[in-house]
Amino acid sequence: MKNRKTPMKEQSPESRRRNFEEVALGYTLEEALEEAQRCLQCPTHPCVSGCPVEIDIPGFIRKLRDGKLEESYRILKSYNNLPAVCGRVCPQEVQCESRCVVGKMKDSEPVAIGRLERFVADWAAENLEEDVKPLAGSKKEKVAVVGSGPAGLTAAADLAKMGYHVDIFEAFHKPGGVLVYGIPEFRLPKRIVEREVSYIRKLGVNFHLNTVVGKTVKVKELLSEYDAVFIGTGAGTPKFMGIPGTNLNGVYSANEFLTRVNLMKAYLFPEYDTPIRVGKKVAVIGAGNTAMDAARSALRLGAEKVYIVYRRTEREMPARREEYHHALEEGIEFLWLTLPIRYIGDANGNVEAMECVRMELKEADGSGRPRPVPIEGSNFVLEVDMVIEAIGQGPNRVLLSEFPGLELNERGYIKADEDTGATSVKGVFAGGDIVTGAATVIKAMGAGKKAAQFIHSYLTGEWNPWQK
Amino acid sequence: MGGTALNEIVKKVKIAEDVFDFWIHSPSVSKEARPGQFVVIRLHEKGERIPLTVADTKPEEGLFRMVVKVVGKTTHELSLKKEGDTILDVVGPLGNPSEIENYGNVLLVGGGVGIATLYPIAKALKEAGNNITTVLGARTKDYLIMVDEFKEISDVLLVTDDGSAGMKGVVTDAMDKLFRERKFDICWAVGPTIMMKFCTLKAREFGVPIWVSLNPIMVDGTGMCGACRVTVSGQIKFACVDGPEFRGEEVDWDELLKRLAQYREQEKISYERFLKTAGESE
Repeated sequence: MKNRKTPMKEQSPESRRRNFEEVALGYTLEEALEEAQRCLQCPTHPCVSGCPVEIDIPGFIRKLRDGKLEESYRILKSYNNLPAVCGRVCPQEVQCESRCVVGKMKDSEPVAIGRLERFVADWAAENLEEDVKPLAGSKKEKVAVVGSGPAGLTAAADLAKMGYHVDIFEAFHKPGGVLVYGIPEFRLPKRIVEREVSYIRKLGVNFHLNTVVGKTVKVKELLSEYDAVFIGTGAGTPKFMGIPGTNLNGVYSANEFLTRVNLMKAYLFPEYDTPIRVGKKVAVIGAGNTAMDAARSALRLGAEKVYIVYRRTEREMPARREEYHHALEEGIEFLWLTLPIRYIGDANGNVEAMECVRMELKEADGSGRPRPVPIEGSNFVLEVDMVIEAIGQGPNRVLLSEFPGLELNERGYIKADEDTGATSVKGVFAGGDIVTGAATVIKAMGAGKKAAQFIHSYLTGEWNPWQK
Repeated sequence: MGGTALNEIVKKVKIAEDVFDFWIHSPSVSKEARPGQFVVIRLHEKGERIPLTVADTKPEEGLFRMVVKVVGKTTHELSLKKEGDTILDVVGPLGNPSEIENYGNVLLVGGGVGIATLYPIAKALKEAGNNITTVLGARTKDYLIMVDEFKEISDVLLVTDDGSAGMKGVVTDAMDKLFRERKFDICWAVGPTIMMKFCTLKAREFGVPIWVSLNPIMVDGTGMCGACRVTVSGQIKFACVDGPEFRGEEVDWDELLKRLAQYREQEKISYERFLKTAGESE
């Protein structure tokens, strides 16, 4: 058996750094079969417990190995409503693959579970005429799902499969949440999200776009018209450094930059109406996945130089290794141990430089990571004409401020039971980033899945945590 | 009997040079909108999202009103729509409603299409028992809108740059005159940003508190992008969810004016390209 993952073809760094097409090209059938052979089909299958939605991983890989692709897909889909998405954006290296027995062997890499998941989902999209039956509506109870990101889509799909009438409310003009406004085309093509959404539509879920719950539809109405509500509105409010010059022109939140580019297709301006200002020298502040996405998008828009500026080091960086390597290959420059302290503008209010200070790492802080401390007198000025702050997000206040009785935690997110998603309001559940703060697509899906099960238990009267 | 489609333009009237008055079918917006709130619209698949104020509502008919001035590509395209056409996306109402109370004597100052934003606020203030005086300003008589509607609910003073209607001058001249004549408890100013800045200075000169309705560049309108951020009392605020109304005295006007100019180049490219193709297709 080979001890390395079967490599997946990618666009070369030279060509992809100037286009928005997908970077990773996926396996061929031969490559997928070869990789599937590496799975030991071990009886303990620790990979499954590493998956937030507990996919029967050995099961789908076995069917694939045996050439039974449709059966393989059925297994995947029975656990995961969005396999083509997860196969692309899940951090498998810290989830399923991190527990793979093959990966524990000397000099051996784990089975490429994510790549196989992607292969099977893409194969099905091309080869299966899916005969999806509208399952929603056979039961009389109605469930409202607020937000159509990964958590909301998952909860809606599962509830529809159980026969509930499901209405999903989305503020934007397109469903998908972070999958459409946040994650760029080159990492997750929008047609894939559309495909997964159309499957959920076919299940009979009603999508209400351009609908802001709390504004367009009042919470009171929702609570009186639906038997249960699931809130999956995400962590949608960008944080800003708040240093002098934050409101200069050319300083963006990653959310704004990515929304303009991904959802509004500003990279096709002026064919599309939404503009974006593309800097020649761009600094992205932060080193999470969003920062990588923003930096690589800026490069594709034509920036000559893109820096990622991070106050800690490569070791503490929260981004996925794979995305970091992609960014490095494409020529993004990383400025570690660097903190911007001031943006400098020209007479018209356009950013033209930023003052930074070098940092050193001291003993760990409350987060367990080493604490970065400024080195006195190390200030320097970096010439930049665009800055994208990707330093995290807070809870979106629009719904929360309009929801009487909904308890929030000290960070302003919804207080919801970790296992069930139940909130302080009877019949109201929540999950995903609006509960945990910014996390991953698959964690949000896991929360949506669990909540769907407990909404079912609640609606059938088996379980009621609000009963005194 | 054919029903009215969602987001259908039920009525469209040109009410001044480059200014169009629309009634749009949207039961939810017409039912929920309160004075001071706005919608975000998108005209077609390649369109941008732009915020427009809700100028009036008829909930019993499911209609809301918006008054739009042609300033660039999207507003020009909207102005070419006909009755019976629909707008692809309308989302709202967004933002916080105006703080309507019985203040006593209220001065309202409107400039350009800001006059339309002011209208539902004026009606609500009137209903709350206030004495209302309105200053309506425009470049010339041809750009003045909604004068009769304001006359029904308030004392109206007109101001034009060239004196073609009412006083010759700018709205702050009228404010000055009124502030010297009598006491006002509070005022509102809605119009071009530069006008609101100078109205704020004038109000401050006479110690009268002032509300303004900001119209910065927005994308989503629900607090998730931060494009519309303004500095208010030294803090970063999002006009879409913290506003759009703020106390004028607290706004960093010069920063806002610069932020509004941030896409001027792209706006020009987009508009010229549009005018060229629109011309060719004629």
